[in-house]
Parts: sequence; structure tokens; C-alpha cells
Amino acid sequence: MPISDFQVVIGLEVHAQLLTASKIFCGCSTAFGGAPNAHTCPVCLGLPGALPALNRSVVEMAVRTGLALGCEIRPKSVFARKNYFYPDLPKGYQISQYELPICEGGEVTFTLDGRDHTARLVRIHMEEDAGKNVHDVAADGSSGVDLNRAGVPLVEIVSRPDLRSAEEAVEYLKALRAILMALGVNDGNMQEGSLRCDANVSVMRKGASELGTRCEIKNMNSFRFLKQAIEFEARRQVELIEAGEPVVQETRLFDPDRGETRSMRSKEEAHDYRYFPEPDLPPVIVEAALVERLRGELPELPRAKAERYQRSLGLSAQDAGNLVADAAVSAWFDAAVAAYGAGPEAAKKVANWVIGELARLANETGEAPAAWKLTPARLAAVLRLIDAGTIGGPGAKQVVEEVFRTGAEPDAVVKAKGLAQVSDEGAIEAAVDKVLAANPGEVEKYRGGRKNLVGFFVGQVMKEMRGKGNPAVVNALLRRKLGD
Amino acid sequence: MSTPAKELCRLGLREAGAGVAAKAISSTELVEASLARIQATDGKLGAFLAVCADRARAAAKAADARAARGERRSELDGVPVAVKDLFVTKGVPTTAGSRILEGYLPPYDATVVERLEAAGAVIVGKLNMDEFAMGSSNENSAYKPCHNPWDLSRTPGGSSGGSAASVAAGQVHASLGTDTGGSIREPAAFCGVVGVKPTYGRVSRYGVVAFASSLDQVGPLAREVGDAALVLRTIAGHDPRDMTSSTRPVDDYLGPLEEGARGLRVGVPREWLSGGLDAGVEAAIRAALDTYRRLGATLVDVSLPHSKYGIGAYYLIAPAEASSNLARYDGVRYGLRAEGAKGLKEMYAESREQGLGAEPKRRIMLGTYALSSGYYDAYYLRAQKVRTLIRRDFDEAFRGCDVIAGPVTPSVAFALGERTGDPLQMYLADIFTITCNLAALPGLSVPCGLEAASGLPVGLQLVGRPFDEATLFRAARALERELGPLPAPPEP
Ligand SMILES: [Zn+2]
Repeated sequence: MPISDFQVVIGLEVHAQLLTASKIFCGCSTAFGGAPNAHTCPVCLGLPGALPALNRSVVEMAVRTGLALGCEIRPKSVFARKNYFYPDLPKGYQISQYELPICEGGEVTFTLDGRDHTARLVRIHMEEDAGKNVHDVAADGSSGVDLNRAGVPLVEIVSRPDLRSAEEAVEYLKALRAILMALGVNDGNMQEGSLRCDANVSVMRKGASELGTRCEIKNMNSFRFLKQAIEFEARRQVELIEAGEPVVQETRLFDPDRGETRSMRSKEEAHDYRYFPEPDLPPVIVEAALVERLRGELPELPRAKAERYQRSLGLSAQDAGNLVADAAVSAWFDAAVAAYGAGPEAAKKVANWVIGELARLANETGEAPAAWKLTPARLAAVLRLIDAGTIGGPGAKQVVEEVFRTGAEPDAVVKAKGLAQVSDEGAIEAAVDKVLAANPGEVEKYRGGRKNLVGFFVGQVMKEMRGKGNPAVVNALLRRKLGD
Repeated sequence: MSTPAKELCRLGLREAGAGVAAKAISSTELVEASLARIQATDGKLGAFLAVCADRARAAAKAADARAARGERRSELDGVPVAVKDLFVTKGVPTTAGSRILEGYLPPYDATVVERLEAAGAVIVGKLNMDEFAMGSSNENSAYKPCHNPWDLSRTPGGSSGGSAASVAAGQVHASLGTDTGGSIREPAAFCGVVGVKPTYGRVSRYGVVAFASSLDQVGPLAREVGDAALVLRTIAGHDPRDMTSSTRPVDDYLGPLEEGARGLRVGVPREWLSGGLDAGVEAAIRAALDTYRRLGATLVDVSLPHSKYGIGAYYLIAPAEASSNLARYDGVRYGLRAEGAKGLKEMYAESREQGLGAEPKRRIMLGTYALSSGYYDAYYLRAQKVRTLIRRDFDEAFRGCDVIAGPVTPSVAFALGERTGDPLQMYLADIFTITCNLAALPGLSVPCGLEAASGLPVGLQLVGRPFDEATLFRAARALERELGPLPAPPEP
């Protein structure tokens, strides 16, 4: 029974940690890591008597996110309590938004196989994160609770079931991530959990109009896992249907080691969260003037930036898309283009370095662009050295790698490593003469019309000069000596 | 130096504070007198759950040093007070009257505790109460019942029973309680002291162990109206740590205190005096209303047609919030944890089973039910709508009057054990006080005499417009001045 008879239907719930310095309801730090419970106080520990006090910058970031995604901003939204028992939930409830979230509607547009797709949003709401349970199985089997993350501010961005494949889900999430990073509201770090998502997956026969029963897959923290989980889940549901068995609505967990989803709890045990308006917090009022100020402060968003790169810098759609996926990278790129010279030709050269060599190096070190020792000005300096003929392609690669690792100045690296290109005609002529003398047969063939042998001679000369010969001078001298 | 402890303890709050300022008495003498009186009387009274003598003596010493330098933090600098065990106190046991918090030492002070201490008041201990402030007789305390100093066989009222009894018995000069459905006003009436439930939002709830967040409010109990006004002025005002606390400036309650009742329009809700009241209570209330008329006030007939739904709405909203507020007592991080439980769920269930008393359990069940999906609209939401109607009744009534007057409770203090087997009968004790919490208004109980038959105190309730505590104090003071002070209750 082919899966191709079925259509998979996906909606995503994305949890994004907001980049505030302090937590949503207290003054504790949101810094990642730290000794267990180092970043806690009576409020985020949920101690008797403690009360939440709303951090206004959370509201501003949520509004900014809503505006960037085309949402309606609710002038008066309400926090609610979501009640359930879990050791990492210190109050026995999570403060979230329920009936009246801060943002509603909106959409995310993304490109897949050269075509634009749009997924509509239901809502964006603010909430606090929970802590985590730490199981010390190695020692005595006891469990501890670390509440450093408890009260870290999140927005949950809920899409409609508008996505039709695992690839679409991944591209949607990539586009959303790029927007959140461009807004400066989220760092896009999926490994540390500051961006994670749940997927609601169902399947229906092609042409059917009614959605199938959905399962929710919890807490995926990479694009790869998201794709694998949806593909596995869709296949599982199709197999059930084809076998005449019902799909049971439930929450499932993705196991990355086995590449499969597993039931977490069945519907029978489903929680009744007993939501009700949080009596410790007054409604959140967002004045129209604040909305307008924040609207005016929105940065250029990824898709607009990609279009601009194509239009005014002449970059390909692919290169442009690549650069804007990470706001920090595109900001670095903009700075390098500005430092080097803003023309399309210059931009293309910078883009090649950023997408190629720098992406490779950054991937190795895991450093964010802002921390790169190779600053935009230093890349511009390298490119000028190339333009001046001081270094060639292979030399430039070495210089860039060295600067990236050490932060040394490019010209100093060139000097220290002896990477300067030799343009001195005398030296090159000597090498050319030596090569021609050593290969009389090839010289004869060239003169007899085998002009493509020029590449062989260039290679030999370069070898002789240990790669440092100025290719243009080498070429010119060779042709002269060979009698062109 | 030679004044007996008992006499020092009978001093009013402002009187005692003035004595310290004038160096006629020292704070140390006041505190020692208070500690001695607690020592002598609390075995029978049961008003205290914890006494913090060392902390109190150190604070008294500091107050005396200030007095010696001619410094004075406030009019209550150096005066011993005590607070309900619902307020968290750094390093001092705080149980909320529950086993589940037995041995818990909070790492911080409630805002009201900070404010009292910043004003120089000396906190001598933590007062007995119904578990998590749930109750109308103080018999729901997990530790011991508190007794009414007027008659030890009777309840002091709840849930701030310890707060009222300790003030009435002269153990401290004033105390703090909390009022969610009448828990300051009812025990104040039963014990013959002044108790004030301010407007919701007037006093910070930060550090107050939550019962029903949208109804709880902190307030003072004292033997004189002016003393209560002074304590409220000390603790009131915005606190950025409690977003439901109001930013409105605090009025000068003491300034207009002696202005009298002349010209005051006193609203009398016809629903409050139409049966259901014990004859002795009704007689005392009617006499108090006559006194107002005699003092130049006008009595105005007003109606609160929805107040009959108050108890019903309250016993949906308060348990709903309580069921959520009490979820944190799960044995995971502090307080009691059941031994030997297998697995997480069993640990939760056993810890809560062992740690929580019958009344909190009853209310958690009620509240969980009222909030559960499928019932939310029929119960919780409907109760909130009733709440709006009750508030509108008051708004309407206040168009014709400045203050509303009536009974606090249908009877004088009842006997210990009389109603413990019948929760519904117990809930009816709050029938006149609850609407004031639902409408977020300020309410005050002031003694208006002794019931003829029993010789027990009767309280008159005064309810005001939002944030108009000043008028309540003025009206209460007019009555107090006219009637004179109650006699001291018998020695326990
Ligand atoms: Zn905190």
C-alpha cells in the first residue's frame, strides 16, 4: 500500500526562548548553564507567598515577533494558569496565556524547490519555561530538580495545519528561526533548547477533505529530527490505516537513536489543565503607541533582505537565501561588503568566502559571527591583497584560515608564512626556462598546435615556484617563450 | 520600671509607642512584658504557633538605642506586635497552620513584615490560624485550636483567630491578619477588637501564603480604631513585587479620624437585617445604628439584591484558586514528604494525604471540580458573573450613601466543636462578610457592645467605597468614642 496515496498534514508549535537578561516574572538571570539552582529566587522557585511580577521586555519582544509575522496585537491580553503536577514545575502550574493571547493570526512564508509557500498562524503567546529533572543514576539513583530554567521567558508560535510534508515543516521552521534571529528575540540555538518544536501530524487519503486523527510529537530540537520524526509518524499512521486499525490521538516522543516516535501517554490519561485567568497578574495592556513604536523599529526581515541582495548586489537566489538564514551571518556579510567596497562584483566575492570557507571554519569552531577573529575588515584586507596580486587563491585560503584561528592581521600572516606571490619577472623567467628546458617533447607538441598544453606548463612552473608565482605573469611569460 | 507587665500590655499601640519615644518606657520593657504575658496566658489561649523571643529582644534593643539617640522611625517604633502565621518570616517557622509546612523556614520576609520592621515595630511571634486560612473558627489549625479570651470554651473566630485573640487578651498591641471571606472581621467581632480588611490591592500580598489570590487581603487588628489606622498606614501602598497592589497614594487615615459622624450617610442594606440574625446581635446592631443617627448621621435604606448569591459564588471561586495555589505543596522541595512512597505519583499523593487537613482537601476537591473542563462555564465562570453583579449592587448603593453598616456575623462567638461536623453551617458564618471580598471593597469590624444574654462582644461591620478606608476609620471612631472602650476580657 503506497504512502503516496496519502497526504500528510502538519501543524507546528514552536517554543522560542526570548533573549531577555532576566526571567519573565522575577529578576533572576536567564544565562544558560550555571550550577543547579544558582539562578533562582523565591519567585521562580514557587516558594509560599512569592508572586510573579511581569518583565515588560518580554511583552515588547512578543509584540515585535507578532508584528514581524503579521499578527494582530491584542491591546489587552490575559495570563492564565495551566495546572499540572511535575517535579520541575515548582508552583504546580505554569503561567501561560490561554483564551486571550497577545498575538493572533499572521503567517510565515518560506521557499521550497524554488516555490513560495505560506503557512498561517493561529496565535503567539507568552509563557514561562519549567525547570528540569536531573537523574543521578550513576550515584544512588536519586533525582534532583534544577530550576535555573524555571521562569525563563518563552513565546509559543502555533501554526495552523497548513504544512504538507516533512520538508515543508523544516523549511517553515528555518524561515521562522531566521526571522526570530533577525528580530534579535531568539538566538536560534536548537542544541541548547532555546528553539524547539512540537509537531501535530495526521494523514488523510489524497482528495479527502476531513483531517485524520492527529498525534503530537513533543520537543524536537533539530531540523533533522523534525524531518525524521514526521516521516516516521506519517508512515506509522498510514500503516495503521491500511491495516484497518485506528490512529489513537496521543502525545508521542521522538527517539533520535532509533529514529522512531513512541507513545508518551494515551488520551485516556490526557491532562485536564484546568486553565483559569492568573489572579496574581493584571491583564497585559499594550498601548497602540507602543505597537507603533515597535513597528517602526522592526529590522529588515530575511526575505526582504534576500530580495535586496539579489536586486542590488546581484547575488543568486540560493546565495542570498543562504546568507539571510542567520541574521548574525548576514550582518557580518553586510559589514564585510561595506568594508571592502559595495559593488556587485565585490559582494559576490565576499559572499563566496562567507558561504564557503567561513561557513566551514565556523562550523568547526561553533563560534557565532560576532565572535569570529576574522573580522569583516580583515576579510576585506585579504581581498585587497588578492586584488593587488600580493597573494593568490591558495595563499588567500591559508591566510583566511590563520586569521580566523588567531586573529592576526592578514599582511602579517602573509609575511610570517611567506605566502606573498612572486611577480618578479626575473624569478619567474628563470622558472619558466627551467621547465621548458626539462620538457622538450611537450614544447615541441605545443608548438605543433597542442595549445592546451599551456595548463601543463603553468602547473610545472607553479610547482617549481612552490605555488607562489603570479599566475598572470607566469602565463604571459610562458606564451612569450613558447612563441605565441 | 515598676509597672506590672499586664498593665504595660493593656496600653494602646500609639500610647505604647509614645511612651518609648518619651523614654517613659523602653521597648525592652514592652517586649519583655509581652513575652511574659504570652508565657502566662498562651497555654490556655493557644494564640501563638511560634514565639521569636531572641529576634524580638534584639529588635527591642535596637529600638531603645534609637530612642536614646532621639531617633524615631514611626509612631510604632519599639512596640511589640505579632503576625498571622500566613506571612513568611525569614528564618522564623512559617506553617500557615498546616502540617505540610511543619519545620519550614522561609528565606525571605513578606512585604508587610518588612514594612512593620522598617517602621520599628517588634515582631514577637506568629499567630495561630485555620490551615491555609480556611475556616471560620480557628479549629482547622493543624496544631491546636485557639480559644476566645472572653470565654475559653468558645472559638475566637477564624481564620485569623490567633490575631484577634492575642490582641484582645493583651499579649500584643496589634497584629496582622488576612481576610479572604471575612477572616479578619469575623474574629475581630468575636473577640471584641477592631479588624480591617482593606480594599483589594491596598496592601501587598507578597510573602503572604496564598489561599484565594483574587480575594485575599492583609489587614490590621488592634484594640482601638486609631491604632488599626496607624498599622494600615504603615503596611499599605504599592509594592512592585505584587502587581495587583495599587499605585494609588495611601490616604492619611489619622487626620480625619475625629471628624465625627455628623453628615455621614450610613446605608443599611435591608437584606442584612431581615431575619437570620440572633436577637442579641440584632439588638446591638440596631442600637449602634441609632447611635449614628444620634450623632448626626443619616440612615439610608439600601439594597444588595445579589448578596444572597455571595456564599455560592465564593465557595466556587475561592476553592478554585485554592486548588491551584496549594498545588505547590507536593513534598518535592520543602515541607513534609511522605516516607517510603514508591514512585513519584505515590509520593505526591501520600505527602498531600498526610500533610493537608480535611478542610483544605475538601476545598481542593471542590475547586478542582469547578475548574475542570466541561464544568468551568457552569461553575467558575458563572460565579465570576455573580461577582460582577454583587459589585454593581454596591456601586448602586454607594450612590446614596457614604458607608454601609450592618452585622459582621449572625451570632456571637459560638462554642468550640459546635459546628465542626457541619461545614455548610460553618460557611454561613461568613454570610455578611463575603460580598465585600467579592466586590474588592474595604470592610471594618468595630465593637458595638456586648450581647446582653452572653456578655460576649458584638461587632458592627462598615463597608466603604474602593480605597475609602479613611471614611471607615472616621465612622468607626465616632462610634468608638461614643460607646467608650469595651471592658477587658476576663483573665485567661
Ligand atoms: Zn527568580
